[in-house]
Amino acid sequence: MIQFTNIYKRFGRLQALDNINLSFSASKSVALIGPNGSGKTTLIKTLLGMVVPDKGDILFRDTSVLGNCAYRANIGYMPQISSYPENMTIAQVMEMMKDIRQYTKLDEDLVQAFKLPQLANKPMRTLSGGTRQKVSACLAFLFNPEVLVLDEPTAGLDPVASGILQDKILQETRNGKLVLITSHILSELDDLVDEVAYLQDGEVKFHKQVAALQAATGEQKLVRAMARVMENSGL
Amino acid sequence: MKKIIKYVVLDILRNRILVSYAVLLLVVSMLLLCLTDNGTKALLSLLNIVLIVLPLVSIIFSTIYYYNAAAFIELLVCQPLRRKKILLSVYIGLALSLLIAFIVGVGVPLMIFDGGMTALLLIFVGMALTVIFSALAILGSVMMRDKARGIGVAILAWFYFSLLYDGLVLFLLFQFSDYPLEKPAVLMGALNPIDLGRIIVLLRLDSAAMMGYTGAVFASFFGSAGGMLTGFVLLLVWMGWPLWWALRRFNRKDL
Repeated sequence: MIQFTNIYKRFGRLQALDNINLSFSASKSVALIGPNGSGKTTLIKTLLGMVVPDKGDILFRDTSVLGNCAYRANIGYMPQISSYPENMTIAQVMEMMKDIRQYTKLDEDLVQAFKLPQLANKPMRTLSGGTRQKVSACLAFLFNPEVLVLDEPTAGLDPVASGILQDKILQETRNGKLVLITSHILSELDDLVDEVAYLQDGEVKFHKQVAALQAATGEQKLVRAMARVMENSGL
Repeated sequence: MKKIIKYVVLDILRNRILVSYAVLLLVVSMLLLCLTDNGTKALLSLLNIVLIVLPLVSIIFSTIYYYNAAAFIELLVCQPLRRKKILLSVYIGLALSLLIAFIVGVGVPLMIFDGGMTALLLIFVGMALTVIFSALAILGSVMMRDKARGIGVAILAWFYFSLLYDGLVLFLLFQFSDYPLEKPAVLMGALNPIDLGRIIVLLRLDSAAMMGYTGAVFASFFGSAGGMLTGFVLLLVWMGWPLWWALRRFNRKDL
Protein backbone atom coordinates (compact mmCIF):
# COMPACT_ATOMS: atom_id res chain seq x y z
CA MET A 1 0.00 0.00 0.00
CA ILE A 2 2.83 2.36 0.87
CA GLN A 3 6.28 1.99 -0.54
CA PHE A 4 9.37 4.04 0.17
CA THR A 5 12.17 3.62 -2.39
CA ASN A 6 15.67 4.97 -1.88
CA ILE A 7 14.65 7.96 0.20
CA TYR A 8 17.40 10.40 1.12
CA LYS A 9 17.01 13.56 3.14
CA ARG A 10 19.70 15.82 4.49
CA PHE A 11 19.23 18.72 6.91
CA GLY A 12 22.42 20.73 6.74
CA ARG A 13 25.12 18.37 7.97
CA LEU A 14 22.76 15.78 9.32
CA GLN A 15 21.81 12.92 7.04
CA ALA A 16 18.32 12.45 8.44
CA LEU A 17 17.25 9.70 6.04
CA ASP A 18 19.83 7.54 4.34
CA ASN A 19 18.57 5.27 1.58
CA ILE A 20 15.30 4.17 3.15
CA ASN A 21 13.52 1.26 1.51
CA LEU A 22 10.33 0.08 3.18
CA SER A 23 6.96 -1.19 2.14
CA PHE A 24 3.80 -1.62 4.16
CA SER A 25 0.58 -3.39 3.27
CA ALA A 26 -3.02 -2.94 4.44
CA SER A 27 -4.54 -4.58 7.57
CA LYS A 28 -1.23 -4.35 9.33
CA SER A 29 -0.10 -2.37 12.25
CA VAL A 30 3.54 -1.42 12.02
CA ALA A 31 5.79 0.02 14.69
CA LEU A 32 8.55 2.37 13.59
CA ILE A 33 11.04 2.29 16.40
CA GLY A 34 14.47 3.68 16.99
CA PRO A 35 16.38 6.00 19.30
CA ASN A 36 15.68 9.73 19.45
CA GLY A 37 16.77 11.49 16.31
CA SER A 38 16.88 8.32 14.24
CA GLY A 39 14.63 9.74 11.52
CA LYS A 40 11.23 8.29 12.45
CA THR A 41 9.35 11.56 12.41
CA THR A 42 11.17 12.76 9.30
CA LEU A 43 10.18 9.57 7.52
CA ILE A 44 6.55 10.07 8.48
CA LYS A 45 6.69 13.68 7.39
CA THR A 46 7.97 12.72 3.96
CA LEU A 47 4.96 10.44 3.61
CA LEU A 48 2.66 13.33 4.47
CA GLY A 49 4.40 15.73 2.15
CA MET A 50 5.55 17.99 4.97
CA VAL A 51 9.18 17.24 4.25
CA VAL A 52 10.31 16.92 0.66
CA PRO A 53 12.91 14.16 0.18
CA ASP A 54 16.13 15.01 -1.66
CA LYS A 55 16.08 11.78 -3.63
CA GLY A 56 13.84 8.76 -3.99
CA ASP A 57 10.13 8.21 -4.35
CA ILE A 58 7.18 7.29 -2.18
CA LEU A 59 4.31 5.34 -3.67
CA PHE A 60 0.83 5.33 -2.19
CA ARG A 61 -1.18 2.64 -3.98
CA ASP A 62 1.35 2.68 -6.82
CA THR A 63 1.09 6.44 -7.38
CA SER A 64 3.87 8.77 -6.42
CA VAL A 65 2.98 11.14 -3.60
CA LEU A 66 5.56 13.75 -4.60
CA GLY A 67 3.82 16.83 -5.91
CA ASN A 68 0.48 15.16 -5.31
CA CYS A 69 -2.05 16.00 -2.62
CA ALA A 70 -5.24 14.00 -3.20
CA TYR A 71 -3.80 10.88 -1.53
CA ARG A 72 -3.73 12.69 1.80
CA ALA A 73 -7.50 12.29 2.03
CA ASN A 74 -6.70 8.66 2.87
CA ILE A 75 -4.24 9.40 5.64
CA GLY A 76 -5.06 10.37 9.18
CA TYR A 77 -2.11 11.95 10.93
CA MET A 78 -1.59 12.41 14.63
CA PRO A 79 1.52 14.54 15.12
CA GLN A 80 3.96 14.19 17.98
CA ILE A 81 3.81 17.87 18.81
CA SER A 82 0.45 19.12 17.70
CA SER A 83 0.02 22.70 16.69
CA TYR A 84 -3.38 24.31 16.38
CA PRO A 85 -4.59 27.88 15.96
CA GLU A 86 -4.36 28.91 19.59
CA ASN A 87 -7.39 31.15 19.87
CA MET A 88 -9.85 28.71 18.34
CA THR A 89 -11.88 26.43 20.57
CA ILE A 90 -11.88 22.66 20.21
CA ALA A 91 -15.31 22.78 18.58
CA GLN A 92 -14.18 25.43 16.12
CA VAL A 93 -11.11 23.44 15.11
CA MET A 94 -13.19 20.30 14.57
CA GLU A 95 -15.83 22.25 12.64
CA MET A 96 -13.19 23.87 10.49
CA MET A 97 -11.62 20.55 9.58
CA LYS A 98 -15.01 19.06 8.75
CA ASP A 99 -15.84 22.13 6.70
CA ILE A 100 -12.59 21.92 4.74
CA ARG A 101 -12.79 18.17 4.18
CA GLN A 102 -16.49 17.92 3.32
CA TYR A 103 -16.68 14.30 4.39
CA THR A 104 -19.87 12.83 5.76
CA LYS A 105 -19.13 9.34 7.09
CA LEU A 106 -17.42 10.63 10.19
CA ASP A 107 -15.94 8.29 12.75
CA GLU A 108 -16.64 9.99 16.06
CA ASP A 109 -15.98 7.04 18.38
CA LEU A 110 -12.95 8.68 19.91
CA VAL A 111 -14.66 12.05 20.26
CA GLN A 112 -17.27 10.36 22.43
CA ALA A 113 -14.80 8.11 24.26
CA PHE A 114 -12.57 11.03 25.18
CA LYS A 115 -15.62 13.10 26.20
CA LEU A 116 -14.53 15.99 24.01
CA PRO A 117 -18.00 17.54 23.68
CA GLN A 118 -17.75 18.53 27.34
CA LEU A 119 -14.60 20.52 26.59
CA ALA A 120 -15.80 21.86 23.25
CA ASN A 121 -15.73 25.53 24.17
CA LYS A 122 -12.22 25.60 25.57
CA PRO A 123 -9.69 27.54 23.51
CA MET A 124 -6.77 25.44 22.28
CA ARG A 125 -4.20 27.54 24.15
CA THR A 126 -5.69 26.59 27.53
CA LEU A 127 -5.52 22.84 26.92
CA SER A 128 -3.11 20.51 28.66
CA GLY A 129 -0.70 18.45 26.61
CA GLY A 130 -2.82 15.34 27.06
CA THR A 131 -6.03 17.01 25.95
CA ARG A 132 -4.30 18.33 22.86
CA GLN A 133 -3.18 14.78 22.10
CA LYS A 134 -6.79 13.67 22.43
CA VAL A 135 -7.89 16.30 19.94
CA SER A 136 -5.12 15.19 17.56
CA ALA A 137 -6.18 11.56 17.89
CA CYS A 138 -9.82 12.43 17.21
CA LEU A 139 -8.88 14.40 14.10
CA ALA A 140 -6.67 11.58 12.83
CA PHE A 141 -9.50 9.04 13.04
CA LEU A 142 -12.36 11.42 12.18
CA PHE A 143 -12.39 11.06 8.40
CA ASN A 144 -12.17 7.29 8.36
CA PRO A 145 -8.81 7.17 6.53
CA GLU A 146 -7.29 3.97 5.16
CA VAL A 147 -3.92 4.73 6.67
CA LEU A 148 -3.33 6.04 10.16
CA VAL A 149 -0.03 7.62 10.97
CA LEU A 150 0.45 8.04 14.70
CA ASP A 151 3.58 9.75 15.93
CA GLU A 152 4.12 8.92 19.61
CA PRO A 153 0.37 8.55 20.11
CA THR A 154 0.35 7.75 23.80
CA ALA A 155 2.91 10.32 24.94
CA GLY A 156 1.15 12.57 27.43
CA LEU A 157 -2.07 10.57 27.57
CA ASP A 158 -3.35 9.26 30.89
CA PRO A 159 -3.66 5.46 31.23
CA VAL A 160 -7.41 5.44 30.57
CA ALA A 161 -7.13 7.49 27.40
CA SER A 162 -4.11 5.51 26.34
CA GLY A 163 -6.14 2.29 26.72
CA ILE A 164 -9.02 3.71 24.69
CA LEU A 165 -6.63 4.71 21.93
CA GLN A 166 -4.96 1.31 21.87
CA ASP A 167 -8.32 -0.45 21.58
CA LYS A 168 -9.25 1.84 18.73
CA ILE A 169 -5.98 1.11 16.95
CA LEU A 170 -6.55 -2.65 17.26
CA GLN A 171 -10.08 -2.31 16.00
CA GLU A 172 -9.05 -0.27 12.97
CA THR A 173 -6.30 -2.74 12.07
CA ARG A 174 -8.91 -5.48 12.13
CA ASN A 175 -11.04 -3.33 9.83
CA GLY A 176 -8.33 -3.57 7.22
CA LYS A 177 -6.50 -0.34 7.82
CA LEU A 178 -2.78 0.21 7.85
CA VAL A 179 -1.56 1.76 11.08
CA LEU A 180 1.93 3.21 11.37
CA ILE A 181 3.01 3.94 14.93
CA THR A 182 6.23 5.45 16.12
CA SER A 183 7.16 5.06 19.71
CA HIS A 184 10.11 4.35 21.88
CA ILE A 185 8.07 2.89 24.68
CA LEU A 186 8.18 -0.69 23.45
CA SER A 187 6.07 -2.18 26.22
CA GLU A 188 3.04 -0.30 24.93
CA LEU A 189 3.38 -1.82 21.51
CA ASP A 190 3.34 -5.45 22.65
CA ASP A 191 -0.15 -6.51 21.72
CA LEU A 192 -0.63 -3.78 19.22
CA VAL A 193 1.72 -4.32 16.32
CA ASP A 194 2.30 -7.02 13.69
CA GLU A 195 5.54 -5.71 12.24
CA VAL A 196 8.53 -3.79 13.49
CA ALA A 197 10.82 -1.54 11.50
CA TYR A 198 13.92 -0.39 13.34
CA LEU A 199 15.58 2.85 12.33
CA GLN A 200 18.94 4.13 13.44
CA ASP A 201 20.91 7.12 12.14
CA GLY A 202 18.49 7.45 9.25
CA GLU A 203 18.88 3.87 8.08
CA VAL A 204 16.50 0.93 8.32
CA LYS A 205 18.33 -1.70 10.36
CA PHE A 206 15.61 -4.28 9.95
CA HIS A 207 11.93 -4.72 9.13
CA LYS A 208 10.37 -7.95 10.43
CA GLN A 209 7.17 -9.62 11.53
CA VAL A 210 6.76 -9.58 15.28
CA ALA A 211 5.99 -13.30 15.26
CA ALA A 212 9.20 -14.04 13.36
CA LEU A 213 11.12 -11.88 15.78
CA GLN A 214 9.69 -13.70 18.75
CA ALA A 215 10.45 -17.08 17.23
CA ALA A 216 14.00 -16.13 16.36
CA THR A 217 14.84 -14.76 19.77
CA GLY A 218 12.68 -17.01 21.91
CA GLU A 219 11.33 -13.98 23.77
CA GLN A 220 7.64 -13.12 24.07
CA LYS A 221 8.00 -9.48 25.07
CA LEU A 222 8.88 -7.05 22.32
CA VAL A 223 11.30 -5.16 24.58
CA ARG A 224 13.30 -8.27 25.32
CA ALA A 225 13.17 -9.52 21.75
CA MET A 226 14.49 -6.19 20.51
CA ALA A 227 17.21 -6.14 23.14
CA ARG A 228 18.27 -9.64 22.10
CA VAL A 229 18.39 -8.68 18.42
CA MET A 230 20.45 -5.59 19.19
CA GLU A 231 22.91 -7.55 21.28
CA ASN A 232 23.32 -10.25 18.67
CA SER A 233 23.79 -7.94 15.73
CA GLY A 234 25.95 -5.48 17.64
CA LEU A 235 23.61 -2.53 17.00
CA MET B 1 -9.74 27.77 -1.02
CA LYS B 2 -12.62 30.13 -0.30
CA LYS B 3 -13.08 28.46 3.05
CA ILE B 4 -9.49 28.98 4.11
CA ILE B 5 -9.70 32.63 3.07
CA LYS B 6 -12.88 32.92 5.11
CA TYR B 7 -11.21 31.50 8.22
CA VAL B 8 -8.18 33.75 7.83
CA VAL B 9 -10.26 36.90 7.31
CA LEU B 10 -12.54 36.11 10.25
CA ASP B 11 -9.52 35.46 12.43
CA ILE B 12 -7.82 38.73 11.46
CA LEU B 13 -10.90 40.92 11.68
CA ARG B 14 -11.25 39.88 15.30
CA ASN B 15 -7.72 41.11 15.86
CA ARG B 16 -7.53 44.31 17.93
CA ILE B 17 -4.43 45.61 16.16
CA LEU B 18 -6.10 45.65 12.78
CA VAL B 19 -9.17 47.40 14.17
CA SER B 20 -7.05 50.07 15.84
CA TYR B 21 -5.09 50.48 12.61
CA ALA B 22 -8.31 51.18 10.73
CA VAL B 23 -9.49 53.60 13.43
CA LEU B 24 -6.15 55.41 13.45
CA LEU B 25 -6.23 55.83 9.68
CA LEU B 26 -9.81 57.04 9.90
CA VAL B 27 -9.02 59.63 12.55
CA VAL B 28 -5.96 60.91 10.69
CA SER B 29 -7.71 61.21 7.35
CA MET B 30 -10.77 62.86 8.89
CA LEU B 31 -8.58 65.38 10.68
CA LEU B 32 -6.58 66.15 7.55
CA LEU B 33 -9.61 66.40 5.31
CA CYS B 34 -11.76 68.44 7.70
CA LEU B 35 -9.19 70.76 9.18
CA THR B 36 -7.17 71.68 6.09
CA ASP B 37 -8.87 74.24 3.85
CA ASN B 38 -6.67 73.45 0.87
CA GLY B 39 -7.70 70.16 -0.72
CA THR B 40 -4.39 69.53 -2.43
CA LYS B 41 -2.51 70.07 0.78
CA ALA B 42 -4.68 67.53 2.58
CA LEU B 43 -4.11 65.04 -0.21
CA LEU B 44 -0.36 65.53 -0.05
CA SER B 45 -0.33 64.99 3.70
CA LEU B 46 -2.42 61.87 3.29
CA LEU B 47 -0.07 60.72 0.54
CA ASN B 48 2.80 60.88 2.98
CA ILE B 49 0.84 58.82 5.51
CA VAL B 50 0.01 56.30 2.82
CA LEU B 51 3.61 56.09 1.69
CA ILE B 52 5.17 55.68 5.13
CA VAL B 53 2.65 54.15 7.53
CA LEU B 54 0.85 51.81 5.18
CA PRO B 55 3.89 49.80 4.03
CA LEU B 56 5.16 49.60 7.60
CA VAL B 57 1.92 48.28 9.05
CA SER B 58 1.31 45.95 6.11
CA ILE B 59 4.71 44.31 6.20
CA ILE B 60 5.01 43.99 9.99
CA PHE B 61 1.45 42.86 10.57
CA SER B 62 1.62 40.30 7.74
CA THR B 63 4.94 38.92 8.95
CA ILE B 64 3.72 38.48 12.51
CA TYR B 65 0.47 36.99 11.31
CA TYR B 66 2.27 34.47 9.13
CA TYR B 67 4.39 33.23 12.01
CA ASN B 68 1.38 33.05 14.30
CA ALA B 69 -0.51 31.12 11.64
CA ALA B 70 2.32 28.58 11.29
CA ALA B 71 0.28 26.10 13.32
CA PHE B 72 -2.75 26.60 11.14
CA ILE B 73 -0.67 26.17 7.98
CA GLU B 74 0.93 23.00 9.34
CA LEU B 75 -2.49 21.60 10.14
CA LEU B 76 -3.64 22.26 6.57
CA VAL B 77 -0.52 20.93 4.87
CA CYS B 78 -1.26 17.35 5.93
CA GLN B 79 -4.79 17.61 4.54
CA PRO B 80 -5.55 16.90 0.89
CA LEU B 81 -4.92 20.49 -0.16
CA ARG B 82 -2.33 21.87 -2.56
CA ARG B 83 0.41 23.78 -0.83
CA LYS B 84 0.15 26.58 -3.34
CA LYS B 85 -3.51 26.98 -2.53
CA ILE B 86 -2.88 27.04 1.21
CA LEU B 87 -0.30 29.81 1.04
CA LEU B 88 -2.26 31.72 -1.57
CA SER B 89 -5.39 31.58 0.59
CA VAL B 90 -3.53 32.77 3.66
CA TYR B 91 -2.05 35.60 1.62
CA ILE B 92 -5.36 36.60 0.05
CA GLY B 93 -7.08 36.57 3.44
CA LEU B 94 -4.33 38.72 4.91
CA ALA B 95 -4.24 41.24 2.07
CA LEU B 96 -8.04 41.38 1.99
CA SER B 97 -8.25 42.24 5.68
CA LEU B 98 -5.59 44.93 5.37
CA LEU B 99 -7.40 46.32 2.34
CA ILE B 100 -10.66 46.46 4.27
CA ALA B 101 -8.93 48.40 7.03
CA PHE B 102 -7.41 50.79 4.50
CA ILE B 103 -10.67 51.35 2.66
CA VAL B 104 -12.53 52.01 5.90
CA GLY B 105 -9.76 54.26 7.23
CA VAL B 106 -8.73 56.22 4.15
CA GLY B 107 -10.84 55.22 1.15
CA VAL B 108 -14.28 56.07 2.51
CA PRO B 109 -13.40 59.50 3.96
CA LEU B 110 -11.48 60.41 0.81
CA MET B 111 -14.42 59.54 -1.41
CA ILE B 112 -16.85 61.44 0.83
CA PHE B 113 -14.79 64.61 1.30
CA ASP B 114 -12.94 64.76 -1.98
CA GLY B 115 -14.12 62.22 -4.51
CA GLY B 116 -11.88 63.57 -7.28
CA MET B 117 -9.64 61.70 -9.67
CA THR B 118 -6.57 62.36 -7.52
CA ALA B 119 -8.29 60.90 -4.47
CA LEU B 120 -9.12 57.80 -6.45
CA LEU B 121 -5.54 57.54 -7.57
CA LEU B 122 -4.34 57.87 -4.00
CA ILE B 123 -6.68 55.09 -2.92
CA PHE B 124 -5.39 52.92 -5.72
CA VAL B 125 -1.77 53.55 -4.75
CA GLY B 126 -2.56 52.74 -1.12
CA MET B 127 -4.24 49.49 -2.08
CA ALA B 128 -1.36 48.54 -4.32
CA LEU B 129 1.18 49.24 -1.58
CA THR B 130 -0.83 47.18 0.91
CA VAL B 131 -0.89 44.24 -1.48
CA ILE B 132 2.79 44.60 -2.37
CA PHE B 133 4.07 44.85 1.17
CA SER B 134 2.04 41.95 2.46
CA ALA B 135 3.40 39.89 -0.44
CA LEU B 136 6.93 40.93 0.52
CA ALA B 137 6.16 39.94 4.09
CA ILE B 138 4.98 36.51 2.99
CA LEU B 139 8.12 36.07 0.92
CA GLY B 140 10.34 37.02 3.84
CA SER B 141 8.53 34.79 6.29
CA VAL B 142 8.57 31.78 3.97
CA MET B 143 12.32 32.18 3.58
CA MET B 144 13.12 32.71 7.26
CA ARG B 145 12.40 29.90 9.67
CA ASP B 146 13.00 32.01 12.74
CA LYS B 147 10.32 34.49 13.80
CA ALA B 148 12.67 37.13 15.22
CA ARG B 149 14.79 37.06 12.11
CA GLY B 150 11.70 37.26 9.90
CA ILE B 151 10.41 40.34 11.70
CA GLY B 152 13.89 41.89 11.53
CA VAL B 153 14.01 41.34 7.78
CA ALA B 154 10.54 42.88 7.44
CA ILE B 155 11.59 46.01 9.32
CA LEU B 156 14.79 46.25 7.30
CA ALA B 157 12.85 45.90 4.05
CA TRP B 158 10.53 48.74 5.05
CA PHE B 159 13.47 50.86 6.17
CA TYR B 160 15.22 50.22 2.88
CA PHE B 161 12.27 51.03 0.64
CA SER B 162 11.01 54.06 2.50
CA LEU B 163 14.20 55.75 3.74
CA LEU B 164 17.47 54.23 2.58
CA TYR B 165 16.52 53.97 -1.06
CA ASP B 166 16.16 57.73 -1.58
CA GLY B 167 19.51 58.31 0.01
CA LEU B 168 21.06 55.64 -2.17
CA VAL B 169 19.64 57.21 -5.32
CA LEU B 170 20.88 60.65 -4.32
CA PHE B 171 24.31 59.25 -3.56
CA LEU B 172 24.52 57.60 -6.98
CA LEU B 173 23.32 60.76 -8.69
CA PHE B 174 26.01 62.85 -7.05
CA GLN B 175 28.70 60.30 -7.68
CA PHE B 176 27.87 60.01 -11.37
CA SER B 177 26.70 63.55 -11.98
CA ASP B 178 29.04 63.88 -14.96
CA TYR B 179 27.12 61.26 -16.90
CA PRO B 180 23.63 61.34 -18.42
CA LEU B 181 21.54 59.51 -15.85
CA GLU B 182 18.00 59.67 -17.20
CA LYS B 183 17.72 56.02 -18.11
CA PRO B 184 19.29 54.63 -14.95
CA ALA B 185 17.07 57.00 -12.96
CA VAL B 186 13.95 55.57 -14.58
CA LEU B 187 15.16 52.13 -13.66
CA MET B 188 15.86 53.26 -10.10
CA GLY B 189 12.36 54.63 -9.82
CA ALA B 190 10.92 51.34 -11.01
CA LEU B 191 12.85 49.36 -8.41
CA ASN B 192 10.99 50.89 -5.47
CA PRO B 193 7.21 50.53 -5.17
CA ILE B 194 6.94 53.38 -2.68
CA ASP B 195 8.72 55.69 -5.10
CA LEU B 196 6.43 54.51 -7.87
CA GLY B 197 3.36 55.28 -5.80
CA ARG B 198 4.61 58.76 -5.03
CA ILE B 199 5.43 59.42 -8.68
CA ILE B 200 1.98 58.33 -9.83
CA VAL B 201 0.12 60.63 -7.47
CA LEU B 202 2.48 63.57 -7.93
CA LEU B 203 2.33 63.28 -11.71
CA ARG B 204 -1.39 63.73 -11.37
CA LEU B 205 -1.04 66.65 -8.95
CA ASP B 206 1.63 68.19 -11.19
CA SER B 207 3.58 69.43 -8.19
CA ALA B 208 6.95 69.01 -9.79
CA ALA B 209 8.80 70.54 -6.89
CA MET B 210 7.97 67.57 -4.71
CA MET B 211 8.64 64.87 -7.22
CA GLY B 212 12.31 64.40 -6.61
CA TYR B 213 14.77 63.30 -9.22
CA THR B 214 13.28 59.95 -10.23
CA GLY B 215 9.80 61.46 -10.52
CA ALA B 216 11.01 64.34 -12.66
CA VAL B 217 12.80 61.93 -14.96
CA PHE B 218 9.65 59.81 -15.16
CA ALA B 219 7.62 62.86 -16.16
CA SER B 220 10.07 63.97 -18.82
CA PHE B 221 10.69 60.44 -20.04
CA PHE B 222 7.14 59.19 -20.40
CA GLY B 223 5.06 62.38 -20.19
CA SER B 224 2.39 62.74 -17.54
CA ALA B 225 -0.10 60.14 -18.75
CA GLY B 226 2.50 57.74 -20.05
CA GLY B 227 4.42 58.03 -16.80
CA MET B 228 1.33 57.13 -14.79
CA LEU B 229 0.56 54.18 -17.02
CA THR B 230 4.11 52.89 -16.79
CA GLY B 231 3.90 53.36 -13.03
CA PHE B 232 0.73 51.28 -12.89
CA VAL B 233 2.23 48.47 -14.91
CA LEU B 234 5.33 48.45 -12.75
CA LEU B 235 3.21 48.35 -9.58
CA LEU B 236 1.40 45.32 -10.99
CA VAL B 237 4.76 43.63 -11.51
CA TRP B 238 5.59 44.46 -7.90
CA MET B 239 2.36 42.83 -6.76
CA GLY B 240 3.19 39.70 -8.70
CA TRP B 241 6.81 38.73 -8.26
CA PRO B 242 7.20 38.44 -4.46
CA LEU B 243 4.12 36.28 -4.28
CA TRP B 244 5.22 34.10 -7.17
CA TRP B 245 8.61 33.60 -5.59
CA ALA B 246 7.10 32.89 -2.16
CA LEU B 247 4.80 30.24 -3.66
CA ARG B 248 7.74 28.57 -5.36
CA ARG B 249 9.78 28.53 -2.15
CA PHE B 250 6.86 27.31 -0.07
CA ASN B 251 6.25 24.39 -2.42
CA ARG B 252 9.65 22.91 -1.56
CA LYS B 253 9.81 24.00 2.05
CA ASP B 254 10.19 21.47 4.87
CA LEU B 255 7.72 22.10 7.64
